[in-house]
Amino acid sequence: MKRYMKYVRPYLYAFILGPVLMITEVVGEVLMPSLMADIINVGALNHDVGYIVGKGISMIGVALMMMVGGIGGAWFASKAAVSFSADLRKDLFQKIQTFSFANIDKFSTGSLVTRLTNDITQVQNLIMMSLRMAMRAPGMLIGAVIMAFIMNRQLAMIFLVILPLMVVAVAIVIRTAFPRFTILQKKLDALNSNIQEMLTNVRVIKSFVRGSYEEERFAHSNADLKQSGLNAFKIVIIQMPVVMLFMNTTTLLVVWFGGNQILTGRMPVGDLTAFTTYVVQVLSSLMMLAMVLLTSSRAIASLKRITEVLDTQVDLTDENARYGQVPVKHGKIEFQNVSFRYYKNSEEKVLDDIDLVIEAGQTVGIIGSTGCGKTTLVSMIPRLYDVDEGKVLVDGIDVKDYSLKNLRDGVGMVLQKNVLFSGTIQENLRWGDENASEEALLEASRSAQADEFVQNFTDGYETELGQGGVNVSGGQKQRLCIARALLKKPKILILDDSTSAVDTATEAKIRETFRTTLKDTTKLIIAQRITSVMEADQILVMDEGRIVGRGRHEELMKDCEAYREIYDSQMREEVLA
Amino acid sequence: MDQARKERLMKKYAYAQTAADAPGAGGPGPKAGRGPGGRGGRNMPVKKPANSKQAIRRLFSYLENDIGKLCVVFLCVIAGTISMLAGSYMLRPIINSLTQADGSSQKLFRSLLLMAAVYAVGILAQYFQQRIMISISQGALERIRNDLFCKVQRLPVRFYDTNNNGDIMSRFTNDLDAVGDMLNNTIVQIISGVINITGTLCLMLYTNVWLTIVTVLMVPLMLKLAGMVVTRSRRFYKAQQAALGTLNGYIEETITGQKVVKVFCHEEVAQEEFEFLNYDLRDKQIFAQFFGGIMGPVMNGSGQISYSVTAIVGGILCVLRGFDLGGLTVFVNYSRQFTRPINEFSMQMNTVFSALAGAERVFKIMDEEPEAPDSPEAVTLDPCQGHVVLQDVTFGYNPDKTILKHISFYAKPGQKIALVGSTGAGKTTITNLITRFYDIDSGSITIDGIDIRNIKRENLRSNIAMVLQDTHLFTGTIRENIRYGRLDATDEEVEAAAKLASAHHFIRRLEHGYDTMIEGDGANLSQGQRQLLNIARAAISKAPILILDEATSSVDTRTERHIEHGMDRLMATRTTFVIAHRLSTVRNANAIMVLENGEIIERGDHDELLAMKGRYYELYTGKTELD
Repeated sequence: MKRYMKYVRPYLYAFILGPVLMITEVVGEVLMPSLMADIINVGALNHDVGYIVGKGISMIGVALMMMVGGIGGAWFASKAAVSFSADLRKDLFQKIQTFSFANIDKFSTGSLVTRLTNDITQVQNLIMMSLRMAMRAPGMLIGAVIMAFIMNRQLAMIFLVILPLMVVAVAIVIRTAFPRFTILQKKLDALNSNIQEMLTNVRVIKSFVRGSYEEERFAHSNADLKQSGLNAFKIVIIQMPVVMLFMNTTTLLVVWFGGNQILTGRMPVGDLTAFTTYVVQVLSSLMMLAMVLLTSSRAIASLKRITEVLDTQVDLTDENARYGQVPVKHGKIEFQNVSFRYYKNSEEKVLDDIDLVIEAGQTVGIIGSTGCGKTTLVSMIPRLYDVDEGKVLVDGIDVKDYSLKNLRDGVGMVLQKNVLFSGTIQENLRWGDENASEEALLEASRSAQADEFVQNFTDGYETELGQGGVNVSGGQKQRLCIARALLKKPKILILDDSTSAVDTATEAKIRETFRTTLKDTTKLIIAQRITSVMEADQILVMDEGRIVGRGRHEELMKDCEAYREIYDSQMREEVLA
Repeated sequence: MDQARKERLMKKYAYAQTAADAPGAGGPGPKAGRGPGGRGGRNMPVKKPANSKQAIRRLFSYLENDIGKLCVVFLCVIAGTISMLAGSYMLRPIINSLTQADGSSQKLFRSLLLMAAVYAVGILAQYFQQRIMISISQGALERIRNDLFCKVQRLPVRFYDTNNNGDIMSRFTNDLDAVGDMLNNTIVQIISGVINITGTLCLMLYTNVWLTIVTVLMVPLMLKLAGMVVTRSRRFYKAQQAALGTLNGYIEETITGQKVVKVFCHEEVAQEEFEFLNYDLRDKQIFAQFFGGIMGPVMNGSGQISYSVTAIVGGILCVLRGFDLGGLTVFVNYSRQFTRPINEFSMQMNTVFSALAGAERVFKIMDEEPEAPDSPEAVTLDPCQGHVVLQDVTFGYNPDKTILKHISFYAKPGQKIALVGSTGAGKTTITNLITRFYDIDSGSITIDGIDIRNIKRENLRSNIAMVLQDTHLFTGTIRENIRYGRLDATDEEVEAAAKLASAHHFIRRLEHGYDTMIEGDGANLSQGQRQLLNIARAAISKAPILILDEATSSVDTRTERHIEHGMDRLMATRTTFVIAHRLSTVRNANAIMVLENGEIIERGDHDELLAMKGRYYELYTGKTELD
């Protein structure tokens, strides 16, 4: 809780003024009945019209005060709640920006999005509700009880008996309902995933003619959902009759004891009217509190999920970098006995004792079956993950000793699962270098063989890309991603299976420009196709986290079994021919 | 943030800006539409739906079976409301008798007993009314969901290709939630509100005509005030929703691409843009929430004013006209009861509007044209040989854009036909036509000599097994997923199919083997493993025709070579259509069709095509693009 004070402090006045102004509503609410009692007890009984009008006008005054107070309270409450959550969202987003890849993997992007959107909204709603109810419900409860005591001590004792009983009853209802709602939520999730599956798998369902099978499955989870809905609501609806029962009982008791007091002349008749109003006020404010409690449980779950993100230890920082000012100058890469696993307690190492030297300016091809650790290997260079054992050096300096900014500026990486963002093509390319000249932009685009097709679009580089780059084909997208990385003018360029959708001829052209224009850049190319890496200065063949072969194509053909096998699977007919 | 960048952001999100300046104008722009922004505003003003009458009628058709129960609910509402009114009215004689000489404890006790009985009736009526209503509404919702699901399922594939899954999904969730809210509460509240107002009005008239007139005169004032608040809150709410949509869209996009953001050290830029949108939302939201929040105080305050005016006039009436004190007491309580339902009505209107809008969206899907029924002459192929002939087939997804032009080829039972060509050439379209996901525009497709339009659709499809590029699995065990191909397959057959697809090995290594649960479309398996399961699922089906659409694209070449043997066995007895990006996988086909722009430009087997030195040769030797 303490950490959230920092979001309250700048708006402390609003956090205080909101509830305070709401007090006017409470005060008015409890004053009204007693003014009314005065009109009856004094004005009507004494036939004093002036008194009645006077009291009546002060009632209108109180009503106006309530309205103004309520409006003011609403203003500060929304100011406080909205500003609080805007600042919280900002910090949450900022925190996620500092996350390492491992942190992101742990949360999954979908859940991070939910936390930034839905969860924050939940918290905001809770704060808003609390600020408006904070004074109102308890204030009214206490105010009404106090007024009741002032008016008639003996009669007010009834509250002291009824209130605890009612609290217990409502608590029982809520506690019974709660787990049932959890079940309801689960059934709802199950039903939704059922629908989701049907929507994405419709071709499968139709081609296997499983329509009626799916309908049965759905009907089953639908009936399940209905039953748990009934189970949950069944309990909730008891609440209202229970409260009514208490309220009516109290009214009866008040009228009985009050009536007897009136009969013996110990109480004026107007007080009874006021008292019955207090009964309603006390019990309804209790209802309100119960409702806040019930709804807050969801928001508290959201707050927990937010706290979880804020509390996450970012496991990869450059705080201890010894050469924070040094940029990557040449692009020589060394791996010294590097081992890595994604989960600390998992048996299998993803990288197992890797030793490797890549000279600046070399072209290195990496090949191997899926899951053998190729992507993991190159991820160590821009320090997307930290090694468990061993060291990764760039230009002889441990990557941990660079500032992340300098290191990643020096290493251009085209990810396997790559994304373009909504905006123009030009805006996307400029991610590589915001201030790049027009000439540099075109050159990078040409090197990635993207210029030609971009020029063919009506709007050229100003063409708007949809979210995720939806209006370009797979191969075009990959080429744009390469251009984006080239614009950075990195010392080390990593292409992680980034030309898989580009045809071999275009890919050959890209390789050719790399050879001529990126002579000094160290290039690491992960590929499925053996032709993509055949001409590299050094080819690494990986299998189950180890390098099982390294050398030039001819060397590997001679003495690497795995390499030959891959080669055969792709090039068999050439061998036959 | 420097000025230039700020200006750039202002320009980029120009829509969001204008929405603030002139919130009333225009619908959501292209940017505001994305992201999960449009939810969660149930308690905010909603636009009145266009065709509410019809939606209401259809909604109520789901309650037809419950007419009896609804009548009971109705009676309960009446009983409950009357007893509540009666309960509060009974205070009048009690108070009056207390102030008169003949008042006594016994008399008081008797009156209170009667009151207690009335209260008890009220409470019971209220409970039963809610209890029955819950079971009615949950039942109706279940029926609507079932109808919607069955309906959606029967829609042609075209519908899925042209509609966004998220949108259909939200009809099941958000829209039906709104309908549920209305069924659960609103109907009863409206009925009881109406009875309440009428009853109170009658009692007020009975108690005192002049005071009633005073109270009723206050109503237009209250409605006017409420109207003023609603207009403003609707305007700011719209601006808020637009800003929220933009921000949520930005969040979704950035967080999804977070790894790219990091690789490009773009964190600060992202943060800047985020903050711009975040504070834009804040500035609009404060107003939206404020106007949403003042409805309560304004209505409450004006109710209190009405109460005060009644008190003054009532007090004067007591003095001048001898109006009884008990009457005054109950009357001021009535004036509160009278304004409360009016208050509630204005709140309920939002629920009603969003429920009707939701119902309309739901019914709109239900009204979509389903797949055309089989013609009465349709036959079943029993058994199907798998002789497929396409004759001069022409087709386009839209009438104005032809995808396939005059395609003709045939596949004899057991043959393997490969379709090769770049994206958009029409390869997948051909498989869509053979399965009748879409119907051809001209030409004919026959299986065993019978036009597929004259074969019962279910029969046709059950004779075709498909493995698609996008691997789709269902929640359930691996065993169940494989068995999806043939529901009566034995465990041994499941394992045999898995072995055929080279999936047996990895399945055995999973913690629970074949009983491992697959969740979230198989997120716990690699893409290649999911494809192997899909192949196993097709293998278990005994369909004589097999379609492999990029079925092994995510399996690396080494593994692909290992499963080649199994695939060959699978294809040996079936007529197979193969679409593949990697030409190595189609080499041993009986015939290869090279498609370009919807036409077959070359055909023949591998060696013939290579000898032709045409397009296939170029593709094969990597001289042209296959994209």
